[in-house]
Parts: sequence; C-alpha cells; structure tokens
Amino acid sequence: MARSTPRPRFESWGRYPRLQADLVSLNWTGDFPLSKPPATRLLPVGAGRSYGDVCLLENGTLLQTLGMDRLLAFDSETGVLRCEAGVTLAEILDFAVPRGFFLPVTPGTKYVTVGGAIANDIHGKNHHVAGTFGHHVLSFELVRSDGARLICSPTQNQEWFAATLGGMGLTGLIAWAEVRLRPIVARSIDYVGEKFVGIDEFLELSQKATAEYTVAWIDCVATGRNFARGILMQGEHSKEPGDLHKSREPWLVFPIDLPAFALNPFTMAAFNTAYYHKQLPKKKVAKVDYEPFFYPLDSVLRWNRMYGKNGLLQFQNVIPHEGGREGMVEILKAITRSGLASFLAVIKFFGDIPSLGMMSFPQPGIMLALDFPIRPEVSFDLVDRLAEITLEHGGRMYSAKDARMTAAQYQAFYPQWREFERYIDPAFDSAFWQRVTGRRPLDE
Amino acid sequence: MSRAKDIPSRILALGATSAIAEATLRLFAEHGASFYLVARNPDKLDAVAADLRTRGAAAVATHVMDLDDTAAHPVMLAAAAESLGTIELALLAHGVLGDQQQAEASYPAAEAILGTNFMAPVSLITWLANYFEASKQGTLAVISSVAGDRGRKSNYVYGASKGALTIFVDGVRNRIDRAGVHVLTIKPGFVATPMTAHLPQNALFAQPAKIAAGILSAIKKRKDVVYVPAFWAIIMLIIRMIPRRIFKKLNV
Repeated sequence: MARSTPRPRFESWGRYPRLQADLVSLNWTGDFPLSKPPATRLLPVGAGRSYGDVCLLENGTLLQTLGMDRLLAFDSETGVLRCEAGVTLAEILDFAVPRGFFLPVTPGTKYVTVGGAIANDIHGKNHHVAGTFGHHVLSFELVRSDGARLICSPTQNQEWFAATLGGMGLTGLIAWAEVRLRPIVARSIDYVGEKFVGIDEFLELSQKATAEYTVAWIDCVATGRNFARGILMQGEHSKEPGDLHKSREPWLVFPIDLPAFALNPFTMAAFNTAYYHKQLPKKKVAKVDYEPFFYPLDSVLRWNRMYGKNGLLQFQNVIPHEGGREGMVEILKAITRSGLASFLAVIKFFGDIPSLGMMSFPQPGIMLALDFPIRPEVSFDLVDRLAEITLEHGGRMYSAKDARMTAAQYQAFYPQWREFERYIDPAFDSAFWQRVTGRRPLDE
Repeated sequence: MSRAKDIPSRILALGATSAIAEATLRLFAEHGASFYLVARNPDKLDAVAADLRTRGAAAVATHVMDLDDTAAHPVMLAAAAESLGTIELALLAHGVLGDQQQAEASYPAAEAILGTNFMAPVSLITWLANYFEASKQGTLAVISSVAGDRGRKSNYVYGASKGALTIFVDGVRNRIDRAGVHVLTIKPGFVATPMTAHLPQNALFAQPAKIAAGILSAIKKRKDVVYVPAFWAIIMLIIRMIPRRIFKKLNV
C-alpha cells in the first residue's frame, strides 16, 4: 500500500537512534491482537524511557500501551496491586504512598511503565536485598499475536514467565500484571552520604554498607589524586510514622535542546567538582524526601534535552567481583582519557539473588552506569572499548541502556540468546534485536 | 479528602468508557463517590469499574447499553436513580467524531452522527432535567465541543451536532437553574483520546487528565460553560469574530 505521508520518527530517552515507525495506541487490554493487523512487524512500547533501541522498530508498528492505565485491584492487607501494563511507576506511587505502600524495586526514574519494568526486568538501589522487579511480580498476562492469552507466574507457564521477564517486549504483549508493593510509614528516607576517594575506598565502604538502598555517585572526570572520587549514598525508609502525601507534579521543563558545545570537558569537570563538594563533611546524615533520593532527575521534565539534539549514549555494565576492581579501574581510565565525561555516573554492588528472567541483566558483581554526549567520532569508539573491557572481565552490558553493542559482543554477554529466540512472537521484532542478531548494521 | 462535601458523590456517567469521562470519574473516585456507569462495551465497562473501585469508589454499578437506543433510556435512567438513591451528578460523555467526508456524501452517515451526538442526549437530558427539577438539586454536566461554536468546512456535521447540543443545554439551564439545578456545558478543545488518535497531534492537544481537572473545577464553582483547557475560550472568541466573508475562504 502506498503511503501518503512519511512515517514519523521515534526516539527513546537517549534520542539515538531516531527511527521511522507507525504508532498504534492500545487503550484496553482487549485491543491486542489488533482487529486489522498491519503488514509490518510489531513492538510494544511503554513510556519510551529506555535509552537505546530496545523500544524502537524501523518501518514497523509500535504498540503504545500508555492508554492501558487502569488499576484493577488492590489488597491493602498484602500490598498486591493488579494493574494494566501501561500504568507508570509514578502513577503507582501517587496511588500507593498515601495508602502506606511503596514500590518493591524502583529505577532512577518513576516515569516507566509496569510493562516496561517487566520487559527490561529493571533493578534499583536495593538490588542486593530485593533482587529485580521480577522478584515482586506475582503474575502477568501475555498476549500473543495469534490471540493466545497466557497467565504467567513462577509456577504457571514458567518458561514464558522467565522469557518475558527481561524479554524486551519481544515475547508478546504484557496486558496486565500483579505486583507486590512494600509497606512504608513515611515518605522520608533516612540518608547517610559518605565521601570516598579511589576505587579501593569505594569497595571498602560498599562491603561495609548495610542499608536497604545503596548506590554511589562517582566522578569520571577527575584524575590524579582525585581519580575515582565519589559519594556512597545509603538510605532506609524512615521507621517513624510521618507524612504520606502524594507528590506534586514537577513544574520544571528543560526548555530547549542545548547546543552541542555546552557540555564540554570544562563544564563537566565543574559540575562534577561542585557535586563532590556539595557535601562538605566526610559523612552526612539527614532525613530526605523519597523524590530527590530516588528520582533526582525527574524533577526536571525532559532533562535529556541537556545533551542537545545529538542525544546521549548510556553505558551500563556489571563485572563479577573477581576481576571487578581491575575491570572498573580500566574502564574509568578509558573514560577520563577520552575527555567524554558523564554528569551522573553511578556505581553499585549487585547482590547475589539470581534473576528470574532468562535475559535479565543483573548478576553478582560491580555495576557501573553512566552517560556520554554523542560525538560520533569519539563516543562510539569509547563505548565499543568499554564493551570489550567488560567482555574481557566476564561481565555483561544492559540491553535497555544500549544503542551500540555489536552482535558478537551481545552474543558473548548473553549466550542463552538462541534459547530465548524460540519464545519471540513471530509478528514481533525490534531495532535492538535486529542489531544484536546481526540483521541491522551499526551507523559509522 | 477534606473537601469531599463540596462535590457530588452519587454519579451517573453516560458513555463512561470515553477517555474524558474516565479521567473525570477517577477524580471523584478518589473522594469516595458512588457510580452508575453506562456504556456499550461490557469488557471496557468492567475495566473502568474495576479501576474506579480500586481508586476508592464506595460503590460501582454498571449497565451495558447502546445509548443510540433512546427507547431504552427511561428504564436505564430509573434504574440508575434507584441504584444511586439520588443522582447528584449526571455526566453525558458519549459521542462520535464521525467521518465528515462520508457525511457530506450521504445523509444516513450524517444522520448517524446527529443521532448519537444530539438526539440521544436530547432524550437523556429531557428525562434528567425533569428529574433534577423535581428533586431541586443536582448537576447536569454535558460534554459538547469547541467544534459547536462555528461551522467549519472540515467537520461541520460533528460541529452541528455539538452546536445544537450546546443550544439545547443552554435552554435547559435557563429553565431549571431557578430550581437549584446546576447545568454545565463543557467545551473541550483538541484532546488526545482514541477518538482523535488518527489525527496529527500538535501542541494544542491536551491529555484527558488535564480536561478532567478543568471539569472538576467547573463543577465545584458551578460554572455555566467551561472551555477546557481554558485557553480555548480565547481561541474560539477569535474564531467567532472572523468575518464570514473571510472565514469562508479559510481552510479550517
């Protein structure tokens, strides 16, 4: 069929790549399978807050789930919430916090959907005690393009549960899910921030850390005696009953795409230095609201415009503890040498709880996440180098944050990909999957 | 939740699965309202009912029917009044955008749009106006459209159905306001809903949640007419002022 207008282009939060596709909104769990299936391949997309191309499909049809935003049942005794897959974690918090409940696992933004949280089997600052999001999903409904509807749980259709958890939306459409929330008695977090200099001090503090939530910010610009300085941040939900009001809507919107030169080694170094010195004493103890603790960047809507129209590359990996120190030092050195620093790089210990998803990212070890502005001639080579270092040390990279892995790298990180492929819906595909199976070349 | 007394808590929603209705009903559910929901599709109706219950509704009853069936209106409305005890708010939210080109080409297509968007509401409002007038209370909130403010070449059949509805509701207000009944005409601008999903979306499109907040505020303030979002009042003022000899040359 001839098209009268070109397909619009879509981008994820990283704004790279931008790929043409059609968009169909799914507003009801019964809207899929579509009554008139298009001739193209399909891919579900939630809020589009992953960074690379896992939620994109060139010349395909994106099935947007944000209209599937109903809360279907809540048990205030057990904290079990059943909701449609397009409900965002922000909407869950608005509902749950005033009732004394919180997300069991949350990433660094609350603007992701439940469907996306399952499809990427997301993790948070409490991975070492809570595992991934999937550990708190009791069940979900998976709808296949042939109309089959499978209720999946750790005990029912287990293989579909495992394939869909971290399955990047490829196994079918997640229509609704049941998630167990955790009780809280206040919005506030009891916070402890501790400064460190160098990877060894980070490792030492992390091994001693006991809090439910731990993560460290690390300066990827500083060299010499300040190399790998940072702040280890620990938090626990306050145990004294306190305020449980619903969060206010953010009012700050990043208004424009910054020009490419705005983020340069000087502004990055200034930012990182200011961030390090924001906390003056070596150790700081405070009560803070959960919003700035979990979602520091959510207070500025569209903050990705800071990186300009070229967008940003995320890099997130995990390296097993054995060889982890050497691997991370090598990576940090490669980054400081490149001059392509990151605003907010975070580093954390993943715990030992095995992920339930066949393709889940977390595994025991040291996790590092950061972003770079895109300058094709430098950033692409750097990320490729970081992927190689990760591979040499037995680690892996996170699909939801990646736009550049090669097929060879991916298949080495996730050797089970052949087994996973059997669960992919025949009508589904993604730009990411085309890339890591060698069907779509990388841009030069 | 301290202001729950200012707002109606027994609510009849006609066309309850429309995106604007659903977003509006959620705001009332958070205040613990009771609902009687009417819509055509039973699965969608069940999903909306489950959502409202989860968000805090005291009670939710559902009624599956096609509102084009005007003969069945009195029975449905009596059942709603019985179920709710008193209808404190009736929200009329059903409607179709229709296909303008088909409606230009064939009268039956135009008649179908007018039937759903105008004749069915006339039947519902006739019953509800008498009910509210007799009970000397209540809010009748009717979703019309900015499209009813002026005939445009691109959607005048839909526009005529909504313009006629606006005038009908105006007249009803002038009749029953003195009985203490609040009659609200709601004129949404462009809203990002399944009804408009096929149109190219621009900065003028608003999310249903934003429309819902405007409707709730207009109900609390007992306004006669509300444009949502509010900037549409200015846009439509300008559009109404364009002289006809110029307007007829425009491609709007």
